[in-house]
Amino acid sequence: MFPFTYHRPVELASAHALLVANEEAKLLAGGQTLIATLKQRLASPSDLVDLARVPGLTGIAREGGALVIGAMTRHAEVAASQQVAAAIPALADLAGRIGDPAVRNRGTLGGSIANNDPSADYPAACLGLDATIVTDRRELAAGDFFLGLFETALEPDEIILSVRFPIGGTATYAKFANPASRYAMAGAFLWRGEEGVRVAITGAGQNGVFRWSAAETALVADFSPAALVDIGLDGDEMIADIHGSGAYRAHLAGVMTRRAVARILERGSP
Amino acid sequence: MQTLTLTVNGAAVTLTLDERTLLVELLRDRLRLTGTHVGCDTSQCGACTVHLDGVAVKSCAVLAVQAEGAEILTIEGIGSAEHLHPMQAAFREHHGLQCGFCTPGMIMAGIDIASRHGPAPDEPTVRAELEGNLCRCTGYHNIVLAIQAGARAMGAPSPVSSPAATA
Ligand SMILES: Cc1cc2nc3c(=O)[nH]c(=O)nc-3n(C[C@H](O)[C@H](O)[C@H](O)COP(=O)(O)OP(=O)(O)OC[C@H]3O[C@@H](n4cnc5c(N)ncnc54)[C@H](O)[C@@H]3O)c2cc1C
Ligand code: FES
Ligand code: FES
Repeated sequence: MFPFTYHRPVELASAHALLVANEEAKLLAGGQTLIATLKQRLASPSDLVDLARVPGLTGIAREGGALVIGAMTRHAEVAASQQVAAAIPALADLAGRIGDPAVRNRGTLGGSIANNDPSADYPAACLGLDATIVTDRRELAAGDFFLGLFETALEPDEIILSVRFPIGGTATYAKFANPASRYAMAGAFLWRGEEGVRVAITGAGQNGVFRWSAAETALVADFSPAALVDIGLDGDEMIADIHGSGAYRAHLAGVMTRRAVARILERGSP
Repeated sequence: MQTLTLTVNGAAVTLTLDERTLLVELLRDRLRLTGTHVGCDTSQCGACTVHLDGVAVKSCAVLAVQAEGAEILTIEGIGSAEHLHPMQAAFREHHGLQCGFCTPGMIMAGIDIASRHGPAPDEPTVRAELEGNLCRCTGYHNIVLAIQAGARAMGAPSPVSSPAATA
């Protein structure tokens, strides 16, 4: 690691002030991505601003028709929450399948979506559930938040406070995990409700998570796995690496989506 | 440099260290608690698993400064040669180890599994929960048996060890 100065602010305002005062500062949440990045010297922040002691960033609450989850809420907490299981079971299920127990005990919702890894799980849930990302200065629809590979709409000094997930409809998440890393080789977050159908694909697209609109249109007309058989993703637009080719991932994303449809038809969610 | 205070295996510790120090380096290099191992240093193998405020974490993926004020429990803190922790005894009983390199992490993960899933976790549960702990020797079969036996011996789950209980 390159040297850095470590800060442990106890107020949101001081966390923000540290980001403004130090152009090369970075926020630290669960550290499950950032610490590995520092070890590999892929990042050299001048300062680390640890959000762990900033009040108001953790917890799960039901507010009207939505579930609001604090940015610093750990994956393990979401996975085990009765409240999440009751309101949006697919979300609890997704959180419980991120990495392994030790990773889930540290990793946070805010860190996961700020990082926007193309194979991460939460971005698919945000897009599939049409969630709203609440920051220290504005609210962003998930569709406007995830911009590309490890890229989001966040300003350098912007802090995610929470995510608001609308309750309603039926959702499920089908994930084919890389057997070594547990990240998604392809994952399909499917939502069906009064407004229609949403399909969010992670793990596959070269620009990160995306809505598969052709599949959504087909499923609105005919909500069945068969409706997707003739619809394919373009393998040239999918990630190709040592774990699988673009064509493989395009195929896998289709399989995951069909499994998700079948699951919703069979037994609701998740 | 930063000065920090934390509790390790029940004893308060105050030390001054470089901000870049990992929790596992604090434990092994500064406190000479070398039971916690480093297998990969890339968050994959779980040999460095310890408990931080009652939950399993990979100590190679935590900065020591993040543990300010925390309670850390390592393999040295759970039992002694004369009085093994029930999970340690179960690993011995069921031949849950060969070379022993992964074992401290396996046992700390096993105790975490027992505290969340209670005294009778089934085999698929234990296997899924061991996702982040790799063993090069045993083929896992006896590790799974040992954790099931250890969980049984530990009895009912302790309500304080699950952060999610109140969520
Ligand atoms: C072995 C292993 C397996 C994993 N498997 C999976 C998996 O299957 N699926 C999956 O989705 N993920 C997986 N992960 C990643 C894990 O979920 C991480 O926890 C997550 O990507 C980052 O969250 P964090 O809280 O650790 O953030 P950190 O690593 O602390 O931070 C990540 C980035 O987000 C920024 N950030 C953090 N919080 C905020 C905030 N509130 N506002 C603005 N910016 C912020 C930081 O500055 C940093 O750039 C895995 C990780 C490991 C080590
Ligand atoms: S040494 Fe920490 S996970 Fe391998
Ligand atoms: S006993 Fe040798 S690595 Fe597990």
